[in-house]
Amino acid sequence: MEQPAILHSSYILAHAPDFVRYGSKPRREIEVDPSLLGQMSDSLRSWPEMLSYPPNQTFIGNLTPDELGAIPRPWFENLVADAGVDGPFGRIVDQAALYGLMKLSDDFDLMTIGTELAAEAVAALADFDQRMDRITGVPAEELSQLVAGGGGQPLFHKGVVAGFLRTAHDKDPSLDAAVLFENLACKATAVLAVWQVLKNSSVSPDDVDYLINTGEEAVGDRYQRGAGSLSKAVGEVVGCVNATGSDIKAFCAAPVHALIMAGAMVASGVHKYVVVLGGGSQAKLGMKFRGHLRSGVPILEDALAGMAFIVGPDDGTGMKLRLDLAGQHPIGAGSSPQAVYQALVVDPLKRGGLKMTEIDRYAVELHNPEITELGGSGDVPKANYRTLAAMAVLEGEIERDGMDEFVSSRGMPGFAPTQGHIPAGVPYLGHAHAAMRSGELARVMVVAKGSLFLGRMTQLVDGVSFVIEWSDD
Amino acid sequence: MELKDKQVVAIGEREGVNGPSLKLLAESAGATVVFSVTECFV
Repeated sequence: MEQPAILHSSYILAHAPDFVRYGSKPRREIEVDPSLLGQMSDSLRSWPEMLSYPPNQTFIGNLTPDELGAIPRPWFENLVADAGVDGPFGRIVDQAALYGLMKLSDDFDLMTIGTELAAEAVAALADFDQRMDRITGVPAEELSQLVAGGGGQPLFHKGVVAGFLRTAHDKDPSLDAAVLFENLACKATAVLAVWQVLKNSSVSPDDVDYLINTGEEAVGDRYQRGAGSLSKAVGEVVGCVNATGSDIKAFCAAPVHALIMAGAMVASGVHKYVVVLGGGSQAKLGMKFRGHLRSGVPILEDALAGMAFIVGPDDGTGMKLRLDLAGQHPIGAGSSPQAVYQALVVDPLKRGGLKMTEIDRYAVELHNPEITELGGSGDVPKANYRTLAAMAVLEGEIERDGMDEFVSSRGMPGFAPTQGHIPAGVPYLGHAHAAMRSGELARVMVVAKGSLFLGRMTQLVDGVSFVIEWSDD
Repeated sequence: MELKDKQVVAIGEREGVNGPSLKLLAESAGATVVFSVTECFV
């Protein structure tokens, strides 16, 4: 059996202040109270503010989670002085670049942008080398006529109309412009993440055998809403000509399910190089904007995220995927936090003869607490780490007064944008790889949970986990 | 709060106490749970 490894990780953020109005929550709230649009627009962050936000710099690797934890909160007031757009495993792009990526990802001429925005987008994507000739614009008069004609959704840039996305079928709600906007935004951010992960690795696009998309978008038409796939659509843009692919749908847990499956594909020899990818969740932009407005803080859910991982045979440079320690939350396990962590953490470790304290770091739901606390959901990673520490007490591995130390040494502050599947443990993979290379860490466990109940088909929760180790072990 | 003979709508949260757990608690206190659900607010 081939030993599979996570060879490379990539993370991207796309600043999208003018997309926030089309997040699910803002769109609905603004329809009821149009004055909210002005309040919301006044509370959006500038590009430098978003770029230098410490959690965002952590997401692309310019700060470690420990360094982030040392920065006093509120983080939106303690910005990083020398923030860069590029990090060791990612990049942050502005909204013009995001429009450019959507335009070049648009295979059905759904999207029209003005010439000024097109020029700005081309400049913002200076080093992007795929389909750049597709980023073209139309004169302002033509764009105005298109918008006035209706049948779609105006697109805004810097607060004014700069484009239009047409509805693809007027009798099909699954092909409405609002849905297509979500799907195209997801595709575009995934395209950048996959392009980036391939660019940073020795694996070339035509080496990739299989793509697994894990985004939370729902691609399809009225006859198969959500049954469609983005994996090949993304791979096509970045030149993965030898790959096929499929999508894993498991709410937030999808990336961890997919990484385990990718590892199994590599181990079995079915495929050599598998890319696991996920684009951003447009629907989640501004989800907690009312809480942010109420508290007088900037709207922090103003960026789409994307991520991509290459799984392949262990070549001595990657993180070994311990498939024998993969954890899962079985249907019969119960859904209390204790039952979930028993299934996801304690049981697989026991199976492998490992103690909880033999895991150097746990990567759980890594939602940025500055966003979730103002939405009334508290500090999600901290609550998860407290539960894990309590499990270690129950297992007799640590004393009760050792819980704080367990949390501080094996946990980390949340730094991921609240983009559904994005925060689910996997944002730490880039950091884990860097720390393993430098000898700081030997073994990490990644744990993700999925909210199956949201679709009203079951009351069940879901979860999966895996362990990674440094290759030189 | 006295829950006996009350009708309860139980809205749980994934990262806190989930809907089924709230339902069980309310029923054990003598309430009738007319609807329970778990949401994810993050």
